[in-house]
Amino acid sequence: MRYAETGFNLEIDLTRGNIERVPTDPRDTAHYLGGLGTNARLMWDRVPPEVEPFSPENLLVFGTGLLAGTPAPGSNRTIVSSISPQTRLFAFSMMGGFWGPELKHAGYDKVVLRGKSPRLVYLWIHDDKVELREAEHFRGLGTLETAELIRQELGQPLAQVASIGLAGENRVFFASIEQGRSSASRQGLGAIMGDKNLKAIAVRGTKDLYIARPAEFMAHCNAALAYIEHREKNPITNVMPIMAGLGSPQEMRVHDEQWHTENFVWGNARHRRKGFWTKDIAAKWTDTMEQMRTRLLSCHNCPLKCGAAISVDTRICSYMMKCFSKLTYTMGAMSDLEFGLKIAQKATEHGVDAFSAPQTMAFAIELHEAGILTDADMAGWPPDPEGRFYWLLDHIVRREGIGDVLADGTHWAAERIGKGAMAYAHNNIKKHEQLPLKLGMLNPIYFLMYSTGEKINITQIEGNFPQQPFETRAEREAFVKDWEHVPDERFKQWFVEWEQRGEKSIPNYPPVDATCEIVHWQEMLHYIDDSVGLCAGLSSFPYKPPYHLHNLPSIISSGAGLDLDEAGLAHVIRRIRTLVRATNIRRGMRRKDDKPPEDHWKKRFPELEAKLLDRYYAFKGWNADGIPTRATLHELGLDFVAEELTRRGILKDDAAAASAPGASALATTRSAP
Amino acid sequence: MRRADGKTVKTIKIDVAKCNGCRACEVICAAFHAKPQYSSTNPARSRIRVIRDQVADLYLPVYAGEYTAAECAGRDKYVIDGREYEECAFCRASCPSRDVFKEPDSDLPLKCDMCESDPTLAEPLCVKWCLADALVFEEREVEVDKAAAIDDVDLGLRALAHVHGWQKVKDALSRLGGAGNEG
Repeated sequence: MRYAETGFNLEIDLTRGNIERVPTDPRDTAHYLGGLGTNARLMWDRVPPEVEPFSPENLLVFGTGLLAGTPAPGSNRTIVSSISPQTRLFAFSMMGGFWGPELKHAGYDKVVLRGKSPRLVYLWIHDDKVELREAEHFRGLGTLETAELIRQELGQPLAQVASIGLAGENRVFFASIEQGRSSASRQGLGAIMGDKNLKAIAVRGTKDLYIARPAEFMAHCNAALAYIEHREKNPITNVMPIMAGLGSPQEMRVHDEQWHTENFVWGNARHRRKGFWTKDIAAKWTDTMEQMRTRLLSCHNCPLKCGAAISVDTRICSYMMKCFSKLTYTMGAMSDLEFGLKIAQKATEHGVDAFSAPQTMAFAIELHEAGILTDADMAGWPPDPEGRFYWLLDHIVRREGIGDVLADGTHWAAERIGKGAMAYAHNNIKKHEQLPLKLGMLNPIYFLMYSTGEKINITQIEGNFPQQPFETRAEREAFVKDWEHVPDERFKQWFVEWEQRGEKSIPNYPPVDATCEIVHWQEMLHYIDDSVGLCAGLSSFPYKPPYHLHNLPSIISSGAGLDLDEAGLAHVIRRIRTLVRATNIRRGMRRKDDKPPEDHWKKRFPELEAKLLDRYYAFKGWNADGIPTRATLHELGLDFVAEELTRRGILKDDAAAASAPGASALATTRSAP
Repeated sequence: MRRADGKTVKTIKIDVAKCNGCRACEVICAAFHAKPQYSSTNPARSRIRVIRDQVADLYLPVYAGEYTAAECAGRDKYVIDGREYEECAFCRASCPSRDVFKEPDSDLPLKCDMCESDPTLAEPLCVKWCLADALVFEEREVEVDKAAAIDDVDLGLRALAHVHGWQKVKDALSRLGGAGNEG
């Protein structure tokens, strides 16, 4: 009997059209939970580093989180994994919505796709009946449009559909997979789906999903709901409005955008516009939102309303928007909110990532201004920035003219364009476009998160520890009073002592060792979410969430029938984290790649930064080059990883590294699997 | 003077404008009615169904009502404020014309029981789990006319007599009355 999960994966060979239902090993659940954890193990076992992103041997894995589909509020995540065409590293983009729970009810935990279909097809999963169907008649159609047509074609209004648009079909390096109420946007997974000639996966499930210890599990679910209600009524003070509540930041219901518009940078992540947020702008943007937003929306089994249906025109399908995608097109084009919401409709139908796409378009406009791209390159584009954005979007998703170059994202485009274009691809980490943010003084916590986070996306690494200290000690003391979430009391002390100015302020405070622990804690929470399928908006991302280190072991255990305590869960998560690291190390990633965008902070401190990385690597059990040590791998039951890294000459004798101070800071006495 | 008696009417007020389409109501309904309770969940077994259509911005929670063996002679399709609801959208019946409100494996009909349980819950769980307040539980007492209730007995006896004949009904009444069967 399996609980919370189904115990079966679907293995699809697109080359031959073969479909198999494969039972999974319950020991993998105990060792890697589900979602990201078990995806990582599959990728390690089956995708050697020689495999190119656009190779039939590359896998595309849709892995539901271990708790996805259970009554736990917000348990609806699917982690999509593959090798990214852009970073050429292990990608694990997460989507919410309704697709994951539907797959569980159909009787599967994952859909594992390999090979390449000779024709454009879609996969239709209806409980025990699974088939590949012709999709040539959907070629070129939008993501939401396709989803609706598939539901009609099948006569299945309740089917959940994840699909790609033109961008995915044309292998745009930042193509997304859209799912109506959510998307897996980052790192170009839509391009992998397009390369495999898979237009969509539609799923309808009507089977039961079992809970191991119902009384214990439901008590947690009810407590979470009650806590959410409490937090909704008692927002956190001292922080900007969008950070006061739970959920993915409440961009769709909060109109005050002073913080984003004045502190984030516009255009190609260049221009800070202090004083932008005037009364007139506020009134106009509020009006735009009220006009175009038809309804606030939630994902499966979640009371928070992070998304909204945006209607551009009653004749075309409304689309779902959430979080910062509200502003990325607006700020990239130096335009207004109405433009941003309108072009996002087209971009969602074409299926592109709302971080990388506008950044790449703004990059093109800058290259043109600098004379690196010429009028000949841009033949036929309109004179206004808004028109140019539409023109660029269209050319990128069709890979026409300069669009073919830009479709590879800023890094690879700059490499092809040459003529100094690389200086304009300035806002990347590991070749992947980042949040448009440029700051003054280096923040040690963010330095480590930006540099080492293998999700390569700060909003999905940061979390429970406040982004900056509150003004007064009294405010900070008030904040920590009911801060039961922290691993231990020292975290409260670090926050209380943290000052905005003076000796105990950034970059020298929090101290290096404390910084390591704060970063490790925040990262661990995200890895838990990505493995069990809880929404970060109720867990790792906001301040004081309903799910935290102290209740998660019991929630996961009672739902899935495991026996995890806090140390046990930390150990499992550390295993998953280390396996993700090893996968990328095997693909060539090293310390030299662990760095933020060069210009992210004006004031940089090379010595401190080196010390931070040294200590953090040691804390994680990695050597000075960021490679997990043999001792660490052994302790985590990952001897097979150590053997492989040794065979490939990556892991040499690491006796010296293993005995370095702090190398076993996280060592526990738990037996390895 | 006629004696009036009370009866409790349970109502769930459904505010479709507040529905965020999250289907928590379906999840908790299915879990509550699982046997053993909460041992599983499956929205396909839920006695409430959120009918949703993103294109038309249509969100409509509907509760399972009576089972009916025969489908209606005709079907309804509502258009309200330009929004077209699917065929029979507002109907609560578990009926041969569609597959909602039926157990997915056996096709047995499902019906909302307002989470009947012992001890009684303060409100049905779909309402409790709807933090958006699209579902609000209301209870009210209504007076039931005692005389009218007696008329109902008359009506019932006449129906019995119509089937079995007066003599059989009289015999049965005297037999039951003679046994002192007053409950």
